[in-house]
Amino acid sequence: MKIIINGELRELESGTSLENLVQLLDLQGKRLAIEVNQAIVPRSQFASFQLTEQDQVEIVHAIGGG
Amino acid sequence: MMANLAEPLKNVINIADDTLIIADKTYRSRLLVGSGKYKDLEETRLATEASGAEIITVAIRRTNIGQNPNEPSLLDVISTEHYTLLPNTAGCYTVEDAVRTCRLARELLDGHDLVKLEVLGDEKTLFPDVTATLEAAKILVKDGFKVMVYTNDDPLIAKRLEELGCVAVMPLAAPIGSGLGIRNPYNILTIVENARVPILVDAGVGTASDAAIAMELGCAGILMNTAIAAARNPVLMASAMKKAVQAGREAFLAGRMPRKRFASASSPIDGLFF
Repeated sequence: MKIIINGELRELESGTSLENLVQLLDLQGKRLAIEVNQAIVPRSQFASFQLTEQDQVEIVHAIGGG
Repeated sequence: MMANLAEPLKNVINIADDTLIIADKTYRSRLLVGSGKYKDLEETRLATEASGAEIITVAIRRTNIGQNPNEPSLLDVISTEHYTLLPNTAGCYTVEDAVRTCRLARELLDGHDLVKLEVLGDEKTLFPDVTATLEAAKILVKDGFKVMVYTNDDPLIAKRLEELGCVAVMPLAAPIGSGLGIRNPYNILTIVENARVPILVDAGVGTASDAAIAMELGCAGILMNTAIAAARNPVLMASAMKKAVQAGREAFLAGRMPRKRFASASSPIDGLFF
């Protein structure tokens, strides 16, 4: 299925959960927050949340800023 | 050590008791710093330590996907254990983006809900869009956030933001990153005099004396980033700023002498021998 992650089109297996995605992207253990279609998905729901075709995912973290 | 309240405190100030309280939390440092614009994370770490700041602003941005997973990140050097992080809504020009950013920040930081709200109105000056700021503040306060809000030096807007429930109001000294120092000290003074929440000057500070002036006006604190990060020696400037904020605060508490039009000799006339 086609998913947009941080503005980039990606191909993922159907049934991929957010937890799977985090592992696929090598982001496990990192402090981050995720939105799917502009709705925040709490970390506690990553394993149960399944992505679907055309989902727009934003994965953010904290960086230096004033 | 508590001062004996029966004795007049006019000449006795225990500066250690002069703490900053924001949203019911007590801080020793009245200097708050941003974490952007440094050469690298090591410089960020050293300058932040030298500043003595306890509250550090951070930005919320997309994660770099495909980056080396062992690459150190900001939170490795500015940890949530040693610092109070203050996520900002830098780069937001709409109410929607600012609110969205704050919600993501709260999720990112496990429910930590102290945020710096800024809704920009213009790319050249980075002045705040105050009407959007008022709107965003209202939404965020209702949603349970503790909002420290970046605004201009208009005393009416500052008071409105306080009345909306912001925990601190932060008028700019001058445009973000301009280093011009306080452009209108009288407005800042008016804001401070009318406020029931901490007023922190945020943005536009350039050097140590600017910070001292802000504190001498009675500000509760000051927030800066470029003034330190863009100095030739950021770690040294951070140290200077720490001292300037302390000096300005002590001068304010000491109560300055009045300005006079003409001279007033410091040595007595009596006993002149010529």
